[in-house]
Amino acid sequence: MLPVYYYVGLSAVLFIIGALGVLIRRNAIVIFMSVELMLNAANLVFVAYARYYQAMDGQIFVFFVMTVAAAEVAVGLALIVAIFKAKNSINVDQISTLKG
Amino acid sequence: MFLSEVTSPGGFFYLVPLVVFFPVAGLLINIILGSKFSEKMIGLVACLAPGLSFAVSVLLAISLSWYPEGVTIPFLDWISVGELELPWAFRVDTLSVTMMLVVSGVGTLIHIYAVGYMHEDVRHNGDPKRYQRFFVYFNLFIAAMMLLVSADNYLMLFVGWEGVGLCSYLLIGFWYEKGKDGIGNAIAGKKAFITNRIGDFGFLIASFLMFWYFKSFSFDVVFEKAPEVAAAAPGVIFAMTMFMLLGVTGKSAQLPLFVWLPDAMAGPTPVSALIHAATMVTAGVYLVARSYALYVLVPEAQTWVAIVGGVTALFAATIAVGQFDIKKVLAYSTISQLGFMVAAVGMGAFVAGMFHLVTHAFFKALLFLSSGSVIQGLERGHHAVEHDPLLRKRLKSEHHFDPQDMRNMGGLRNRMKTTFWVYLIGALALAGIFPLAGFWSKDEILAEALHLNPAVYWLLTIAAFFTAFYMGRQIIMVFFGEPKSEPAAQAQESPAVMTTPLIVLAVLSLFGGFLNLPFIHTFTNWLEHTIPLEEAVEATGEVAAATPGYMFGGLNLIVAGVSFGLALIAIAVSWYFYTRRTAEMQKLPANKRPDDPLRGVLGPVFTVLENKYWVDELYWAVIVNPYVVISRFLAEKVDWAFWHDFFHDKIIVGGYNGLTWLLSKPIDTSFIDGIANGLGQGTQELAATMRKMQSGFVRNYALSVFIGVVVIIGYLVLQLR
Repeated sequence: MLPVYYYVGLSAVLFIIGALGVLIRRNAIVIFMSVELMLNAANLVFVAYARYYQAMDGQIFVFFVMTVAAAEVAVGLALIVAIFKAKNSINVDQISTLKG
Repeated sequence: MFLSEVTSPGGFFYLVPLVVFFPVAGLLINIILGSKFSEKMIGLVACLAPGLSFAVSVLLAISLSWYPEGVTIPFLDWISVGELELPWAFRVDTLSVTMMLVVSGVGTLIHIYAVGYMHEDVRHNGDPKRYQRFFVYFNLFIAAMMLLVSADNYLMLFVGWEGVGLCSYLLIGFWYEKGKDGIGNAIAGKKAFITNRIGDFGFLIASFLMFWYFKSFSFDVVFEKAPEVAAAAPGVIFAMTMFMLLGVTGKSAQLPLFVWLPDAMAGPTPVSALIHAATMVTAGVYLVARSYALYVLVPEAQTWVAIVGGVTALFAATIAVGQFDIKKVLAYSTISQLGFMVAAVGMGAFVAGMFHLVTHAFFKALLFLSSGSVIQGLERGHHAVEHDPLLRKRLKSEHHFDPQDMRNMGGLRNRMKTTFWVYLIGALALAGIFPLAGFWSKDEILAEALHLNPAVYWLLTIAAFFTAFYMGRQIIMVFFGEPKSEPAAQAQESPAVMTTPLIVLAVLSLFGGFLNLPFIHTFTNWLEHTIPLEEAVEATGEVAAATPGYMFGGLNLIVAGVSFGLALIAIAVSWYFYTRRTAEMQKLPANKRPDDPLRGVLGPVFTVLENKYWVDELYWAVIVNPYVVISRFLAEKVDWAFWHDFFHDKIIVGGYNGLTWLLSKPIDTSFIDGIANGLGQGTQELAATMRKMQSGFVRNYALSVFIGVVVIIGYLVLQLR
């Protein structure tokens, strides 16, 4: 069996990719996908340690995260559609009405 | 039955509260129903009240003859504070019952007289509705006086003392809108009240001392403890008695507080007779006699009382010589006779003083009431003259005819026969002519004075001479000679309701002296049960033993002879002046004719007497005016200028304004508002700085969140390690 550090390392890489995606990309869909990437990086760590410690708590958490992610997708995609209808674009830099 | 009465203090003693409650009931009936009653009904109710009190007093006297030691009848709990228990109790002993008999007896007669007198007086003064008020006050007076004489402690006595003072004030100012300048009577009442307040202050201080040293006001307790207190603190009893003397000088019109009594003649004549001659003014004499146990402990105080009385007796008697107002003469005579009584009780001759009090009540009430009859006779005469067109022309000055001025009288003995005879009896009794009432009582005082205090004896003897002189003068001026004015020539006798009490009082004045005849001494034996007079009796006995020649059963024949002789000489002298000299005066031209033959003989001395030694003016200059000046200074300068204008307006208002300015400007607007505004402004400035962070780029926010998370996690990681 592969040592748990491999999973943690993979998860860290995935998380960093996701974080960088959120910070750097301007396309709302891509940012959205990067958020999903981070969630799943976290899921991976949960599952890995659940397996490592032979405990079910992590597994259950993953279910919760997946449920929340599905709900988030529903709300997020609806928001993106609404933005697109208003601005005719999904470039997040153009949505700066709350600028102080 | 009689044996049991003798051995137990039963008898009629328990009736004693009625002597106060009959007059109270009378005045209540007259207050509530009087406006619906006729004058006769009001008079009947008012006369019944003291009449029934008199009946009760007689019953008490009968009981006392069975049980002469007297009793105290508790009636109500009045004050109960701490260790001080003060019941409203009635003292029934020979002294208090003597006073009750005099007050209610003479009071009843004067009430009956007043029924007739006030009937005319209210019409003469133009307000018949005051008839009711008069008798309400009169009954109130009897009630208060009964309270005074029946009290068994000094505080109850003080209640009565103040009550009679109030009635005196109310009745002096009975015609309050009359008199000089329309307020003369009111001012006279005020003067009487204020002068009495000075005396009452003395009484109060004496009471406070009594409470402090005896812890009680009850006569029994005070007299019992007095010797030991006198031994422990000799000055206390002296101070107490001297302050009491101040009260006596106020109520009994002695020097230096006598000035109110002559002015009190502003009241209707029955008031002068009842309150200012027969009863109220004798309260001071009663007080000293009642407090005999205190006075005998301090001879110095006794001397003072005797001197005050003696000097007053002479002083007032001389003033009476120079008066023309018929009532003023009697007023000064009253002061003088009260001086006799005060001197007597001061010397320790308590029985003689009380004896003179009783006889004086008879003849002075008689004289005052008769003078009222004379005054109304003249008023009737004046009325008749005014309504007769023929006589009216002879009226000299119809606007200011003074019916009290003796210079307007004369020859009244033919017009008012009854009044003349009773007046003559009263005057002779007052002058001390044998065997009328005044002779016996005055002689007893003089006889006691001779060996107790010779200086006072001489003062009183000279005063007795003047007494006879001014009474002779008055009788001759009023009743003899030719009428000196048209109203006097037309004067009419008073109705029977007025003359009947006069006749009764005349009989009393004739025979009142037989109360205490030589050898028998009814009155001395009567009072002995209350005032054990070892000293006086002993002294009299001593004199009798040493010089038996002129003693006649306790009567000093030399003293009696001297005073009787002096009285006769005085009357003869007055006869000479006011018949012979007056007749000679008539020959002089009218503008050079003096109004009084004495004025020609005495000259300026008569003016001094006429002006009463300027005592009133002296008091005005020494006391009243400085007092007014000080009051004015206090009112205008201290109170108004200093306190109001300076202190209130400047200091308090100014300080308040200054403080308000300080609170509002620097503290509120600058400091408190500064904090509030500063907070707002700071928040605004902070917000202006902070808003720059709000770029509007989602990624910036995300980066912030990211950095925040990194920082927190980094902190936690480092912390855990």
